Amino acid sequence: MKLCLKFSLISAVTVAAVALPTMSVAQDVTGAGASFPAPLYSKWAADYNRATGVKINYQSVGSGAGLRQIEAKTVDFGASDAPLKDDELAKKGLVQFPTVIGGVVPVVNIKGIAPGQLKLNGQVLGDIYLGKITNWTDPAIKALNPALSLPDAAISPVRRADGSGTSFIFTNYLSKVNAEWKTKVGEGTAVNWPVGAGGKGNEGVAAFVGRLPNSIGYVEYAYVKQNKMTFAQMRNSAGTFVSPDDSAFKAAAAGADWAKSFYQILTEQPGKDSWPITGATFILMHKAQDKPAQAAASLKFFDWAYKNGDKTADDLDYVPMPANVKAIIEKAWADIKDGSGKSVAIK
Amino acid sequence: MSSTLPVGGAAFDPASESAKRKMINPPPGNAVRRSPFADRIFGWAALGAALLTLLLLVGILLSLVMGAWPAISKYGLGFLTSTTWDPVKNEYGGLVMIYGTLATSFIALVIAVPVSFGIALFLTELSPAWLKRPLGTAIELLAAVPSIVYGMWGLLVFGPILATYVQQPLQKAFGETPYIGALVSGPPVGIGILSAGIILAIMIIPFIASVMRDVFDVTPVMLKESAYALGSTTWEVVYKVVLPYTKAGVVGGIMLGLGRALGETMAITFVIGNFNQLDSLSLFQAANSITSALANEFAEAAEGLHQAALIYLGLVLFFITFVVLALSKLMLAQLNKSEGLKT
Repeated sequence: MKLCLKFSLISAVTVAAVALPTMSVAQDVTGAGASFPAPLYSKWAADYNRATGVKINYQSVGSGAGLRQIEAKTVDFGASDAPLKDDELAKKGLVQFPTVIGGVVPVVNIKGIAPGQLKLNGQVLGDIYLGKITNWTDPAIKALNPALSLPDAAISPVRRADGSGTSFIFTNYLSKVNAEWKTKVGEGTAVNWPVGAGGKGNEGVAAFVGRLPNSIGYVEYAYVKQNKMTFAQMRNSAGTFVSPDDSAFKAAAAGADWAKSFYQILTEQPGKDSWPITGATFILMHKAQDKPAQAAASLKFFDWAYKNGDKTADDLDYVPMPANVKAIIEKAWADIKDGSGKSVAIK
Repeated sequence: MSSTLPVGGAAFDPASESAKRKMINPPPGNAVRRSPFADRIFGWAALGAALLTLLLLVGILLSLVMGAWPAISKYGLGFLTSTTWDPVKNEYGGLVMIYGTLATSFIALVIAVPVSFGIALFLTELSPAWLKRPLGTAIELLAAVPSIVYGMWGLLVFGPILATYVQQPLQKAFGETPYIGALVSGPPVGIGILSAGIILAIMIIPFIASVMRDVFDVTPVMLKESAYALGSTTWEVVYKVVLPYTKAGVVGGIMLGLGRALGETMAITFVIGNFNQLDSLSLFQAANSITSALANEFAEAAEGLHQAALIYLGLVLFFITFVVLALSKLMLAQLNKSEGLKT
């Protein structure tokens, strides 16, 4: 009973929140979706408002909800951490383009281990989350860390409890590098985790890992940096061990062929410097626009962000898109057209 | 009842008795009803309010069934017994969450009912007068603490304490014992069914305790003092006089607490571990509850079966609370009946 009340309340609030912006001034732009880039979009929106007076409302409701809302046309743009495949995009009449890149980083809490000391690869990481490797003294871990003295203690894996783009990038990576993971669990924003305690949000996972001795978890890079967590080095597809940082994420993004399609998942990319668990976050918009003015205003905002937002992104520990990719994206905007088939983009 | 009739006096005459009553309390004449129209409007308004509640209830139920329909038509009642929850393969079963909800609420009641009873008993019968007010207010204040605060406290403060001082010693002591050993197996990290149950107990104690105190307070002093005069101990007075007199209120208070425990979301999400597997019945095992699964997965659930399965879970919770309410009514009726037999 209580739950149902809550339910209807929540839906009433969402309906109101969704309905309101369409009634407000035409200049205001509304977006909704992924929570991972939400801090950046809010900061960009605030800066953009100061510069131009145009208001951008971004609701951090989750990637799945963002996709639902853009499909229902209740928002001007949707945002998702998981890109749509090209045929799905065509079916739904949407276009997508990446805004920034981020990395997902395994973090551990083992007494006496400093950040970057522990080395892992995808096979071992997958086996830990499959429940096959249960002790830090396991020979597979020992083989990667011959010089490190690890405790004879059970591993407590920690993962996201809520559906999230972070989990999507992480499970996508494990599916690529661990065959058993691919068949048993697969990839998705929420999966059927074989082991592990679930924390809510990055902060929940960070809290669990901080609290549980001998635990391992995965969080977004910004959390690792801001909380000085003990990250592990990962072996990438070139066979070198890399630490997570901006240059490693950029290296991963450089390897993707953005000109062909924006459906690029940046996990396990080639290149000896690339961080293997990297992902971009995406914006979704309708190809055929009922409200061309709104679409043009949205694109103007992103154009402004690509030109002036890199510093903000750096400050918040996101990695901006490389300049050549930005050029490809802005060219692709020509596909967004109004009812008469005229492109709404500024250029 | 017959023993209370006057014996040996004047014969009991119902007719004269009712005539006497008529004279004392004459029925209201038509003159009193000054505006029958306003009266009727008020009647309609009241009826409308009552119907509106009913309509809302039916509406919520209908929308839940409609939202859950893809899952209902695919799984039927098998949903309730399946433990698979796999968004990737799009297969859903609700047993893990249903078990988690029931188990945590049960643990909460097992802890909260005796403690609340003790609190209420102390406040009404044993406490010195100067302590009654501050203690009662403190307990009511506990009810005002937001549930997310309990969750964070449970995760960061209570969980580690439980792990170090309760779970690990228990595991050392009973780990090898059959049956009990199975209950305390699993990782002793302070996250799971037991910690969720204890946090829930702390959350519902103020509700149950304040209802119990209020109903204990309304027991007529005359009854209690008569029992004391007959030489009863405090326990006998409470058990044989106060409790029978207030049982409806006591059961109501417990059901209020149980309802809160079943529907609690935020605090549970923090400490239950959100683990969708049912490997063992250990109390230390991480699990999931219906409300916690809804809170975690709803925003990201893709349209279709995943969302329908979540709404199906909501419907199951609706049904569970309904059954709990019905059971409490039945229990009260049973209590009344057996009492009728005794006298």
